[in-house]
Amino acid sequence: MTLEELLQRAAEEREKQAAFRHTIRVCVAAGCLSAGSDKVKAALQAEVEARGLKHTCQVKGVGCLGLCSVGPLIAVDDAYCRNVTPEDAGGIIDRLGDRPAERLYLSAEMPFFARQQKIVLENSGRIDPERIEDYIAADGYQALLYALHEMTPAEVIREVTESGLRGRGGAGYPTGLKWSTVAKADGGGQKYVICNADEGDPGAFMDRSVLESDPHRVIEGMAIAGYAVGANRGFIYVRAEYPLAIQRLRAAIRQAERAGLLGNEIGGTTFDFSIAVRLGAGAFVCGEETALMASIEGKRGQPRPRPPYPAESGLYGKPTLINNVETFANIAPIIRKGGAWFAAIGTEKSKGTKVFALAGDVQNTGLVEVPMGLTLRDVVFDIGGGIPNGGRFKAVQTGGPSGGCVPEQYLDMPVDYESLTKLGSIMGSGGMIVMADTACMVDVARYFMEFCMTESCGKCVPCRVGTAQMYGLLTRITKGLATAEDLQLLEDLCDMVRNTSLCGLGQSAPNPVSSTLRYFRDEYLAHIAGRTCPAGKCEMVADPEKEVA
Amino acid sequence: MANQNVKIVTLVIDGKDVSAQQGQTIMQVAREAGIYIPYMCHVEGLSNIGACRLCLVEVQGQRRLLPACTTEVAEGMVVTTNNERLRKYRQMIVEMMFAERNHVCAVCVSNGHCELQRVAQKLGVTHVRMPYLHPKLPFDASHERFILDHDRCILCTRCVRVCDEIEGAHTWDVRGRGTESRVIIDLDQPWGTSESCTGCGKCVNVCPTGALAEKGRATAEMTKKRQFLPYLTIMREEDWA
Amino acid sequence: MPLDFAKPTPPSDDKRWKVVQATMRRNGNRHDALIETLHTVQESFGYLDDDALRYVAVALRVPLSRAYGVATFYHFFRLKPAGKHTCVICTGTACYIKGANQILDSIQQAYGVKPGETTADGQVSVLTARCLGACGLAAAVVYDGEVAGKQEAGAVLERLEKWVAP
Ligand SMILES: Cc1cc2nc3c(=O)[nH]c(=O)nc-3n(C[C@H](O)[C@H](O)[C@H](O)COP(=O)(O)O)c2cc1C
Ligand code: FES
Repeated sequence: MTLEELLQRAAEEREKQAAFRHTIRVCVAAGCLSAGSDKVKAALQAEVEARGLKHTCQVKGVGCLGLCSVGPLIAVDDAYCRNVTPEDAGGIIDRLGDRPAERLYLSAEMPFFARQQKIVLENSGRIDPERIEDYIAADGYQALLYALHEMTPAEVIREVTESGLRGRGGAGYPTGLKWSTVAKADGGGQKYVICNADEGDPGAFMDRSVLESDPHRVIEGMAIAGYAVGANRGFIYVRAEYPLAIQRLRAAIRQAERAGLLGNEIGGTTFDFSIAVRLGAGAFVCGEETALMASIEGKRGQPRPRPPYPAESGLYGKPTLINNVETFANIAPIIRKGGAWFAAIGTEKSKGTKVFALAGDVQNTGLVEVPMGLTLRDVVFDIGGGIPNGGRFKAVQTGGPSGGCVPEQYLDMPVDYESLTKLGSIMGSGGMIVMADTACMVDVARYFMEFCMTESCGKCVPCRVGTAQMYGLLTRITKGLATAEDLQLLEDLCDMVRNTSLCGLGQSAPNPVSSTLRYFRDEYLAHIAGRTCPAGKCEMVADPEKEVA
Repeated sequence: MANQNVKIVTLVIDGKDVSAQQGQTIMQVAREAGIYIPYMCHVEGLSNIGACRLCLVEVQGQRRLLPACTTEVAEGMVVTTNNERLRKYRQMIVEMMFAERNHVCAVCVSNGHCELQRVAQKLGVTHVRMPYLHPKLPFDASHERFILDHDRCILCTRCVRVCDEIEGAHTWDVRGRGTESRVIIDLDQPWGTSESCTGCGKCVNVCPTGALAEKGRATAEMTKKRQFLPYLTIMREEDWA
Repeated sequence: MPLDFAKPTPPSDDKRWKVVQATMRRNGNRHDALIETLHTVQESFGYLDDDALRYVAVALRVPLSRAYGVATFYHFFRLKPAGKHTCVICTGTACYIKGANQILDSIQQAYGVKPGETTADGQVSVLTARCLGACGLAAAVVYDGEVAGKQEAGAVLERLEKWVAP
């Protein structure tokens, strides 16, 4: 397909859509699906059909509308409806063009919707993820064909560099710099592009949502990357726990191939690019880039020391570009609108927006995309609606098992890579768990340590044994069995595991402990010296003497 | 014969100026210079995996500690192989190796010629601060000549690598992950029933502890022959004697 | 010893092996297809037994120990048959905060099964998952592939009661 043909198709599709007076969008991403949104969609469709409105009102399944906690969520033109049941279908159609019934109505003006700024999620909840036409009508694949026809690879990289985009997989490495390193590497004719969709952080579902809601965006970003760095094969490594995302991704790849947007001689140029899906199999460590590549090669997903970095020697020993789903999802808009446009959003060092999966003790749980630099307070209290049932805020956890907890006094810090690191947490991939004062911080640290212990690949000693030792110590603390020496040993282990582990998993495994020790040390001491859990969560062993013996 | 293409680099290790061929590891160069860096997963002649983390060293300008066994030297590198911090970390690593399973030297076939024991002595590890994890592990005596005692295994994977890279049998691998990891034979079956094992004994020879040993007629006679295979060019301890 | 590169025969003439063979063929019977192939075996048969592992290993020319190592490294793979029904409890952070552990405890109390185990009558396997990505609906539980949100111990036990033989 040439650029002209693509624009032509986009115009046709838009015209078709404009013919409908009303559009009802029903979220069919995993969250709402599990609440029964497919039945709601069927009921709405039947109702439209029965009333002969087929040509004036379209009902379409779309990706995530964001506010997962009140699903099934639908949008009737520009108004949102929450907790919709199939029985509501008739009433909704009755009031088309009017405000929906009060019981269902959610204003698009509420801060949850109004304060977001969508780049990555611009199509989520708008387009039908299973139809490439919908994506094309939303300017999809224009960036790819424009890049192929009008830009050199170096120009593409310059644009990405200028945008200031940093990796969204956790570490925040400058994307443009990574691309130019891979572009310069000599692969003897073979290089690879990998999209990291392993999303192992147990409290994060941004990447899943992007793949379920707008899979073509990721494909387009990867193809542009392939062109920029000189690779003609791509892999998307998705965790097997995301069947819906996998299914939609596979369908999208087939559609793109059929449309000539993947495969050989894309857009009539000499550029070839194909993408294969590879499934993870339940191992958090496979999100680490060298482990991920081992896994694609069919091996145990164990990391190896870097250097050499994947950019020099990656998959099958060839130069490999590896980026996160959200990173790739930012590429098409950057090419379409220019790096300078993107760089104007966010803070000095953290550009653009970030998608967060907001969950835990917070009123509005779901997916939000906000410009970098918004404060944590804005996210938790304004967008998130604060703590439900009049609870008191205690901490917000970012970065999952590699991150830390931020307490109340730092809620006015801006959300950006540097600020969160300074607070002893990390931006991470975007999991944001809010905790009320019913949460015990030692217990939370223990939860994450248990996670790291069972997810440790077992290759290096500090991570394999160190996490198990730390978990044991934290368990003793939560049972009221620990001594002051235990706490000292715990702190020594934190330092040692952080500095000696082979990969990021071990190096960051102590973070949840260190950060809670930093801000909630008194809670640890209460467990140890006072043998009480201030949050009332942990049960102390009645007779410590007996337990130790 | 001097290879014309080999580039020579100079670097500083522990204040000593040394020269080396490009492509050599810090571990190799340090050894040539008579500087001892402790190690456990490394064996000269096999691939290096940087797993035990005993050989970590400081390299000026690098934020992280680097394993000497996998890090190649570079021109102008300044390396510190031993200081307070590294000693402390190494001691803790050795303690963790002891605490992971059930190392009781007094009753071990390798007592007196165990590499773990020796490294512990060199590093001055006199007691283990951490609680022993004591998992329940089986003992495999099904092979006619060798035994496998998981209680003494530190998962260095030397056996896995020697069997794959030198013998070409790939009888060994590791199952599970994290603390559940265990070296296995074929489909995790008794050694005596292995279809791929050639009985060459290389794994027993490279094992640094008493996990793999040759059978004697009685348990007390079980020994570990420490003669080295021809491809394992460098003797381990004697070099620094 | 002559190298035997003949194609191995599947452990049985079950038709499902055809699907497995197709996966291997699509990947050029290369050894890097191991994980993909194991996924197909598990999809087809529900779990991986020694015969299946041996067959796949030989067909892809992967050492037996490596195939076993891979199959046990990834917790998604099962080496034992699952129960007739599965109940997957999400233990992601959000679900933990909302009581996933209490759910697990109550199941263990009621049926004596720990995560990864199957009830004595072979009816229900209780599994855990590291975040289903349904954190907005914590605590999430998947019954036979169907995600249910906002679950509590009581509701879960009620659901399981219908499956487990009295
Ligand atoms: C233990 C561990 C788990 C990781 N998990 C993920 C993950 O699930 N998704 C991801 O994109 N990156 C993950 N990463 C980061 C990747 O190694 C890598 O930095 C990232 O994919 C690079 O992409 P980016 O530059 O676009 O962020 C993980 C890193 C570590 C150490
Ligand atoms: S010898 Fe270098 S990490 Fe083990």
